[in-house]
Amino acid sequence: MKRIKIDPVTRLEGHGKIEIFLDDDGNVAETYFQVPELRGFEQFCVGRHAEDMPVITNRICGVCPEAHHMASVKALDMLFGVDPPPAAKKVRELLYMAFYVTDHTTHFYALGGPDFIVGPDADPRERNILGVVRKVGVDIGREVIATRARNHDVIRMIGGRAVHPAAGVPGGWSKPVSEPERIVIEEAARRNVDFALFSLKIFHDVVLASPVYRQLIESGVYLHRTYSMGTVDARNAVNFYDGMIRVVDPDGAEFVRYHPREYAEHIEEHVESWSYMKFPFLRRIGWKGFVDGPESGVYAATPLTRLNAADRMATPGAQEHFEELFATMGGGTVNGRRRPIHHRLATHWARLVELLYAAERMLELATDPEITSPDVRIVPTTVKGVGIGSVEAPRGTLTHHYESDERGVLTKVNLIVGTTNNAAPIAMSVKRAAKELIRNGTVIEQGLLNRIEMAFRLYDPCFSCATHALPGEMPLTVSIRDPRGGVIRTLARGVPV
Amino acid sequence: MAEKPKLAMYWATSCGGCEISVVNLHERLLEVDAAMEFVFCPCLLDAKRADLEAMPDGSIALTLCNGAIRTSENEEMAHLLRRKSKTLVAFGSCSAAGCIPGLSNLSTAEEHFQTIYGSARGGTDAVRPTPIVQVPEGELHLPVFSGRVRTLSEVVDVDYSIPGCPPESGKVWEVLTLVLSGAPLPERGATLGGGTSSVCGQCARVKHDKRINRLRRIHEFVPDTEQCLLEQGVVCMGIATRDGCGALCPAVNMPCIGCYGPTEGGLDQGARMIAALGSVIDIAPLVQGSEDDRAASLGELDEQIPDLAGTFYKFSLPGSLLKGVRR
Repeated sequence: MKRIKIDPVTRLEGHGKIEIFLDDDGNVAETYFQVPELRGFEQFCVGRHAEDMPVITNRICGVCPEAHHMASVKALDMLFGVDPPPAAKKVRELLYMAFYVTDHTTHFYALGGPDFIVGPDADPRERNILGVVRKVGVDIGREVIATRARNHDVIRMIGGRAVHPAAGVPGGWSKPVSEPERIVIEEAARRNVDFALFSLKIFHDVVLASPVYRQLIESGVYLHRTYSMGTVDARNAVNFYDGMIRVVDPDGAEFVRYHPREYAEHIEEHVESWSYMKFPFLRRIGWKGFVDGPESGVYAATPLTRLNAADRMATPGAQEHFEELFATMGGGTVNGRRRPIHHRLATHWARLVELLYAAERMLELATDPEITSPDVRIVPTTVKGVGIGSVEAPRGTLTHHYESDERGVLTKVNLIVGTTNNAAPIAMSVKRAAKELIRNGTVIEQGLLNRIEMAFRLYDPCFSCATHALPGEMPLTVSIRDPRGGVIRTLARGVPV
Repeated sequence: MAEKPKLAMYWATSCGGCEISVVNLHERLLEVDAAMEFVFCPCLLDAKRADLEAMPDGSIALTLCNGAIRTSENEEMAHLLRRKSKTLVAFGSCSAAGCIPGLSNLSTAEEHFQTIYGSARGGTDAVRPTPIVQVPEGELHLPVFSGRVRTLSEVVDVDYSIPGCPPESGKVWEVLTLVLSGAPLPERGATLGGGTSSVCGQCARVKHDKRINRLRRIHEFVPDTEQCLLEQGVVCMGIATRDGCGALCPAVNMPCIGCYGPTEGGLDQGARMIAALGSVIDIAPLVQGSEDDRAASLGELDEQIPDLAGTFYKFSLPGSLLKGVRR
């Protein structure tokens, strides 16, 4: 049996490594998507002071520390039995919206966008942020840099530091927002709204207007009918900071709607001996392997599934684009609910709808009269001993679960991070792409690299450097081996072999 | 045109925050690109390990290596980068001192596995990630999870270190402009991108040489925004931590947690902090009281700060004198 190994040299949280086994006819027998790194936070956080967790768990990921910081302070609110003042919740959400804008911007322009804007079959050396700039103009490159810069400034202003913020405390936030700061933040939010609308226009003009890209988005290579997860508010609109977890089935019917603190009743994690990453699944349905459909407990948690799980967006501009996305890609309604979109490449479009929502929500919060209230903290007086906090990280629902003794010293820590939710869907997408592109021993060389790369890039996975790489090129090498492991030949992106 | 000096950046076991800090140079990144040839950086560039191996030894002018050394691959890359680089810098807290993941050294590898994959977590003890796995189609491999996190200098000779979790972008820029200016660099082994004093020197809070009679954790009260946090009873690590960040955390009413590592010449950040506490805690009850009073006072301290390792060695356990190894 032949095997193909794809080993991305780069990553954020460990290498994502792919092993593809071919049968005797040269077709794909099985693929294994492996994460060969473990950092151990769930173990070494035991014994720590609970209130240190917002700054400790930041260090899980330097790209999305804000998400861990927020899930952590929310878990601490519960663990210490304290409900923060309304202004504190708004300040937290304000920082979080600035983070979403910079994060989704980086992904679209540096990582996901190049495949579409420059083209999936363009020279790999052009399929990066520089290629995007060449295609759409140098001013846009400057605007991407400026967008990242002004939002990191806001994160630093509110959270104390641009990377790994510091200001989250149980019961609120360590510092109020001043009026001079608010003025700067409001201006940043206005520019963010313009930038998001502009980004959606690029998507329309370059991607949707092209039959080639439309065909790619709608092709079966990236189609998976799984359950969809997302956080929704009381009206079932998408919310990033707080709400109920809603899961809809592959046809769009609500499967379950639960409070994040009940997560353990609904989510379980499957362990495989060949990867350090665990595979979460819907407990009530059970683990049926790496398969999709209503009988399988596999679900996804991405920008697209958040929109699938919700009924609407909470801001007017985002709502307009949400409706257009479903009118274009969706399959109508069933029993009064929109059918979910299962074409995974539409995740890029969904991400831009979310970018606009984050910008609009940031502006709402920046102009909220309460946002400069000095009343941002309530000091807890008890230790309840259990705390569960959840937010929507850009890469999926993020849950922090802590237990402590009566001194607030942690005795148990469980973390289900954004990307982990998608461990099984990513493995499935990779297998689907491999099966499409390896037929009867014929390997479509560049196509294989590109399409498999696109299969997991759309999830914006946090273990791959592709997540936030500039210029966004994920280096891949593929070794085709004989049954004894000897390398028959090697393919590498952009490098003549 | 003269050849531009070559620059490399690598991440071992890390979170990616060091890269974000470099990317947060924003438009100045373009100046770096104009002045130096970025030859290897898995986060930013397409060059691979084989390309690095093909470069002549010592041909890279400056390599910034972040992340801790946890796997055999991390170690191999450290040796390779050392060989290829004229100047090798331990970049960021993980590489320089071990950082927060270094707290992992308080547990064994087996304890990690039991907690993360064991039956306590809904898994079955029968299935654990394993270095060599037989699947129906063949054999799969995973790197061995090392029981210990090491700093870069524990593995190879390091020319300089740049502290911080992550290093502040402004400080990274200072170091890069220094290198680009061609001015002589400080003596080998020096810390770049940080000061020679402590965070307190950059902190705007007022000190009164006030003694405290108890320590308080940050969630227990709202600190005064003007007064020194240590003098309010908070274990603010500023006095034991190198300056360079600009005292960002105390500015938002939170204690310094020590991410810039020990002060210049300070071997052990935690020991330095404990010594500093000795000079600020009112020891009258210890000195003057009875044997029972003394025991009660010490017991109270233990109750006030139950997690000593996580408080005093949050960023420096692997690089400390203790190293945190359980033998």
